[in-house]
Amino acid sequence: MLKSEALTKVFGSKTAVDHVSLNLEAGHICAMLGPNGSGKTTWMKMAAGLCKPTSGQVFFDGEPIGVKSRASVAYMSTEPYFYTWMTIRDVAKYYADFFADFSMERFRDLLRRFELEENLKTKTLSSGMMAKAKIAVTMARDARIWMLDEPFNGIDLVARDQIKSAIIESAAPDKLLLMSSHLVEEMESIADRAVFLRKGQLIKEVDIETERAETGCSIADEYRRIYGAQGGEEA
Amino acid sequence: MDFNASSPIWMQVATRIKTEMVSGKLPPGAKLPGGRELALQYTINPNTAARVYQELEKEGLVEVRRGMGTYVTEAAERIARLRDGMARDAAEDYMDRMASLGYTRAEAVAWIEQEDREHAEE
Repeated sequence: MLKSEALTKVFGSKTAVDHVSLNLEAGHICAMLGPNGSGKTTWMKMAAGLCKPTSGQVFFDGEPIGVKSRASVAYMSTEPYFYTWMTIRDVAKYYADFFADFSMERFRDLLRRFELEENLKTKTLSSGMMAKAKIAVTMARDARIWMLDEPFNGIDLVARDQIKSAIIESAAPDKLLLMSSHLVEEMESIADRAVFLRKGQLIKEVDIETERAETGCSIADEYRRIYGAQGGEEA
Repeated sequence: MDFNASSPIWMQVATRIKTEMVSGKLPPGAKLPGGRELALQYTINPNTAARVYQELEKEGLVEVRRGMGTYVTEAAERIARLRDGMARDAAEDYMDRMASLGYTRAEAVAWIEQEDREHAEE
């Protein structure tokens, strides 16, 4: 469904994504894992069509990504991207104008569960509330692919569970959910596939339940094994 | 529910459901939640939830009625057999743990009898 072939992005002297070939199938919730600086965000931005690869290509349903794929891919970046003068209601209207698949009903349902009021101005939102608002507008789209970059960052435990529920509800045989995170434990039970990136390169792609059955390892164990002591940051 | 790392999540959820079957919390013929509801209830992947029911169906413990949902088997003797099996596993686990502490099987039995007497006195 979403495929990258030798996808590469070079920023000056740094190779952010280095010949990554991946074929992500519909019907899965896939975790993209790696420490900060391992290339997750850059890969997603290229897959969303927001950043041009240095070389290599991304395909959506066999076709190079472009206008058509953008209508079917809901991407949530890590940066805040709402105009500060907007209320949450304005943001939703803006999304509804922009994306044909945006459901106001689903959006309101998510807001209610996240305990967010529609008339709040985005500039008054705390970081946790902002994170929830971003998730709500993204998950309110009936997209074919959702790509969430760090959906659990800055979000408390209770809200994390609410977000996980929203993700589980959206999963379907013809849809793909891809989430990046360095909070591996949060992905453990809801993802069924995991992709490990390191220094821009694809290290491993696993079926999580098969991995547990065959090696007795959770993806957190696998993460520790792959990234070892340097687990935290990469230059 | 917290999952341990060493066994597949579907197996851990299946064990939980089996425990509810043998304890009577889920009686024979009871309707089980749908796949997505099960996924939400345990915060697990929907494919993993589907696997739980597939495996329970293979063991003859649930029946999938097309278009109707998933039900606990009506065959009470199967549940009784499951209960015996789970009791045997629990007893073996106990024996293994006592062996790892250096006790003989006879000593392990003496311990559990003593524990039972103390419990009765409380």
